[in-house]
Amino acid sequence: MARQFSITRLPGFGAIAVLTFVLLYLPIIILVVFSFNANQSQSIWGGFSLRWYEAAFQNQQVRDVSIRSLWLALVASGIATVLATLAALGTTRVSRFKGQTVIYALINQPLMVPEVVTGIALLIVVAFLKVQTGYTGMGYLVLAHTAFCIPFAYLPIRARLETMDHTLEQAAADLYASHFKAFRYITLPLLVPGILAGFMLGFVVSLDTVVITEFVKSAGQDTLPTYMLGQLRRAVTPEMNAIATLFLALSLCVVTLFFIVTSKRG
Amino acid sequence: MASDPNQQTERHGWKWLLSAPALIVLVLAASGPLMIVVLYSFLTPGNMGGVAWEFSTDAWFRVFFRRDIFDPDNVTVNQAHLAVLWRSVWLSAQTTVICAVLGFPTAWFIATRPPSQRTVWLFLITIPFWTNLLIRTFAIQEMLRNNGTINTALMWLGVINEPIPMMFTDFAVLLGMAYVFMPLMVLPLYAAMDKMDFRLVEAGYDLYASRMAVLRHVILPLVKPGFIAGSILVFIPSIGAYVTPRVLGGGQKMMLGNLIALQFGQGRNWPLGAALAMVLLIITITALVLYLRAVNRQEAKRDG
Repeated sequence: MARQFSITRLPGFGAIAVLTFVLLYLPIIILVVFSFNANQSQSIWGGFSLRWYEAAFQNQQVRDVSIRSLWLALVASGIATVLATLAALGTTRVSRFKGQTVIYALINQPLMVPEVVTGIALLIVVAFLKVQTGYTGMGYLVLAHTAFCIPFAYLPIRARLETMDHTLEQAAADLYASHFKAFRYITLPLLVPGILAGFMLGFVVSLDTVVITEFVKSAGQDTLPTYMLGQLRRAVTPEMNAIATLFLALSLCVVTLFFIVTSKRG
Repeated sequence: MASDPNQQTERHGWKWLLSAPALIVLVLAASGPLMIVVLYSFLTPGNMGGVAWEFSTDAWFRVFFRRDIFDPDNVTVNQAHLAVLWRSVWLSAQTTVICAVLGFPTAWFIATRPPSQRTVWLFLITIPFWTNLLIRTFAIQEMLRNNGTINTALMWLGVINEPIPMMFTDFAVLLGMAYVFMPLMVLPLYAAMDKMDFRLVEAGYDLYASRMAVLRHVILPLVKPGFIAGSILVFIPSIGAYVTPRVLGGGQKMMLGNLIALQFGQGRNWPLGAALAMVLLIITITALVLYLRAVNRQEAKRDG
């Protein structure tokens, strides 16, 4: 029996697609599987065990860098989300004005410029400030991460603002609501999914940022990614797989949440 | 009164000020420092890193040329730098091609699934994109090491007796970059296919075109914008890659990003590092400008 002719079928495409998905996931799956390995090896299976998770949890340094990473991601993406929300309110739904392109360029700059260039640029400035002020705290990392998170937080918030129903705000104004009241009770609640999405994007981006952190951090300010980058040079044990797996699980949770929040729009 | 069309134009006078706090942070931690990099590329290196405040074009000269220590008039091309520059461009171009060759069928596969399944496949492509780049590079390292997954499997199968050394080669860097940047090619390709009018494909078959002819003369021209967007999205992070070549290429197979970092570490030549960073930025901007011109040309063609 002849197969029905399908206009969407192209020979070999399905096979290549499946191969691509396998190639994308196989290394990650192997990484996760060997985090549960009972022996030292990352390629020879020696039975199931949670010993590497135990080792990771008991490793004081791993605990420190994890907490620092989470703290930094929360603070930086929190500040970035507030600033990005304000910026989105200031740049959307207005007639074109002089300097608009400059504002867009400034906001999107961290997306365009290679991270390593931003990294060394910050290194130069931070090194100078450290000498001048004597301050070597986390402030530099917070500032660097915040700037880097702004464009990521800005995009979903702006998208939400642009697709939002304007008539509700107009109705509020017709009912003599003040600007503030209309914003507080109409615009802001409608904007919440965009703000949440922006915050989560910023959070994941800050958590993943390794290059900028590597150049900006002072001694003893390692985050989880820079700690891992340093460890990769040595012979690593499945403890690293366990840390990576936990990290992966956290990112996965945030990304899934992000999808749920953004798909509910409208 | 709320429908007064003047209301919005009236507001924007002060409204942009709402973006001021974000702009201040960005000027402090993004564009400001970038300007200082330009400045630093024209200064003299300090003794222990840093700079001496003395104007010099030496850093830019050293990006491409070198002077003999004993005979300053003997100027030769800086082979080491040009090799890194060439490797960066060449590996990024190859990465883009690999991503396109594998990404096109993958995007097609997703776009031709029933609508209810598409979200799941798209989600599967997006997950690796949002998982940490370092972890994905680590996963590739685990595959490629001498006692890693691939060598262990091949030895177990009896195909080889000695592990094949794959780490710290161009191949490892290429594989790693194609792996981490693949979603950036698939997503815009999918977006282009999603907008595609499949009746045109049907019309092609009705006119007795072969599958090859339909692919070449109908599908590829229609998804070209997706190819262009995907290529730029893969090429730009590839040319600026730092983590992947550092982990998989090591000190031997450096890319531009690593060479820049080196000048701020052991190299202790900040102006040279700044000049190299400007070179990387210029390549990136050139790629972006070419992209925008290609998009404009596409749009002009579509409208015309």
